[in-house]
Amino acid sequence: MSDILFHLFSLLTVACALGVVLNKNAVASALCLLVCLTGIAGLFVLLDAFLLAVLTVFVYAGAVVALFLFIIMLLDMQGGDRKPFTKASIVAGAASVGLLCTGLYTFIVRGHIDSPALSDTPAHGSSLRAYAELLFTTYLLPVQIVGFLLLIAMLGVIVISKKFEGLEDIK
Amino acid sequence: MTSVSELCDLCGKISDLRLSASDMFDFYFDLPLWFRLVLQGTIVILVLFPLAAACSMAERKISAWIQGRPGPNRTIPPFLAWIPGINIIRNLGLFQLAADGGKFTFKEDPVPGNVNKFYFILAPILSMIPALSTIAFVPFGAYFKTLADGTRELTPIILANTDLGLLAVFAVSSLGVYSLILAGWASNSKYPFLGGVRASAQLISYELSMTLSILPVFLWVNAPGGEGTLSLFNVVQTQSQPGFLGGMWYIFLMPLSAFIFLTALFAETNRQPFDMPESESDLVGGFHTEYGAFKWSLFFVAEYAHMIVGSGIFCLLFLGGWNPLPWVTLADTANLLGIAGIPLLMGLLGITLFLGKVGFFIFFFMWVRWTLPRFRYDQVMNLGWKKLLPLSIANLIFYAIAIAVKDLYFPNL
Repeated sequence: MSDILFHLFSLLTVACALGVVLNKNAVASALCLLVCLTGIAGLFVLLDAFLLAVLTVFVYAGAVVALFLFIIMLLDMQGGDRKPFTKASIVAGAASVGLLCTGLYTFIVRGHIDSPALSDTPAHGSSLRAYAELLFTTYLLPVQIVGFLLLIAMLGVIVISKKFEGLEDIK
Repeated sequence: MTSVSELCDLCGKISDLRLSASDMFDFYFDLPLWFRLVLQGTIVILVLFPLAAACSMAERKISAWIQGRPGPNRTIPPFLAWIPGINIIRNLGLFQLAADGGKFTFKEDPVPGNVNKFYFILAPILSMIPALSTIAFVPFGAYFKTLADGTRELTPIILANTDLGLLAVFAVSSLGVYSLILAGWASNSKYPFLGGVRASAQLISYELSMTLSILPVFLWVNAPGGEGTLSLFNVVQTQSQPGFLGGMWYIFLMPLSAFIFLTALFAETNRQPFDMPESESDLVGGFHTEYGAFKWSLFFVAEYAHMIVGSGIFCLLFLGGWNPLPWVTLADTANLLGIAGIPLLMGLLGITLFLGKVGFFIFFFMWVRWTLPRFRYDQVMNLGWKKLLPLSIANLIFYAIAIAVKDLYFPNL
């Protein structure tokens, strides 16, 4: 049963990921991303990582993609009539494909992960408590740094997007 | 169900009833798991869907009552009119409800010419999915399960009893915004589009204060040292403890949290005074302007289903779920009535109490709708970002400090 579900979800995820890239309509792309994220959440559920699954749906599918759609609709993107390929984009595309292939090749040939027995692996993604404890002990510093980075980014966006004309505006 | 009606008649033969009920349970639990799950899910949807539809009639009757008019009270099939006493049903508008349902089902369902057909049809279907699936994580009653060693354990009546209860509800219900956005966008017309854009902005804005407002509840529920949980059943359990603080409903302990949550709930379910996506007076019908017949009624039912689930969560978090009164638990009541040993009756009692509270909140939703005028769009945004969000953060910090102080200095309180 879980094998069938795994194939189903991975097929869905990969197909929708392709759909995100290949769709010409931006709204359809965003919806493909939504289904893709739901598929990933399904894969997490199969791995017993319920917390990760729910958080993926909550944060990415529920909020981030909704914001994408909001922006797409607000800006009313029509796709434009730029040429699909320019010299620069061909070079960049070839380079990134080459890098990706090299990376995959080395991973397949030389990559080796020591996988301990399943029973020894702590399931941090399944229990809320274990997850929270790690966040507040081992990973406290990274979490704080990421939080501050996001705060700075947010302030930056506000400063850049808002036009300050006089002293009154700053207040 | 036969045993339920039996009981109403034969109070004296309780021992017989126990036997037949236990036979029924044995038969039921022998069925394969997947079949039971599908059956349970279908039954819950079969209850929720008509309940949501019935809410539309309740809305019409209550709005009529508030405005001092009788409301729909004329419709009756002519072949039933001879039955004495049927006027009560007629005056309640129940035939009107059936007629509405029939109309929505059989009416011509046109698709306007310039819409994006695929997404136009997808949107109402999408609106039903989160509305009907969030109920899976909401417990609606409890009963005593007799364990092998004879002790009794309170068990929730719920479709999916996970540790992540509330987080899962929020996750699934946050997908509800897509049907509004898609409906607005696919209609390819100005008013629905504005409705869709407003919907996405409003729902995302109020999700924040909604989530932050209930964190104090879970700070309180998850005492240090215990296994962390977001389960709604555990929230009700912590409101059913002995003692003054133990039996207190959280609406008394955290009134501000309850208020912010309720306000955000109004916004999340698109109810007046927050019905920006619809805005009947300035956007015709908002996101569903181009919809008609069955597709429109799906949006409508989804809104009421959201309301039912939302009220249910409010009752579980702040009003003690299936406990009849503050400081009086369902278990006490069942013991008092002598039905603690009969899971069926105790479950029914719990569900009835819970549905009673939910019903009151449905009424409250309508009461507010027909009392308060609608906010302007900028007022909605101001209220969400500049008032509710800081308020809920302050509320969270206050309770975090208060709970820490309580745990440090008054651990026995």
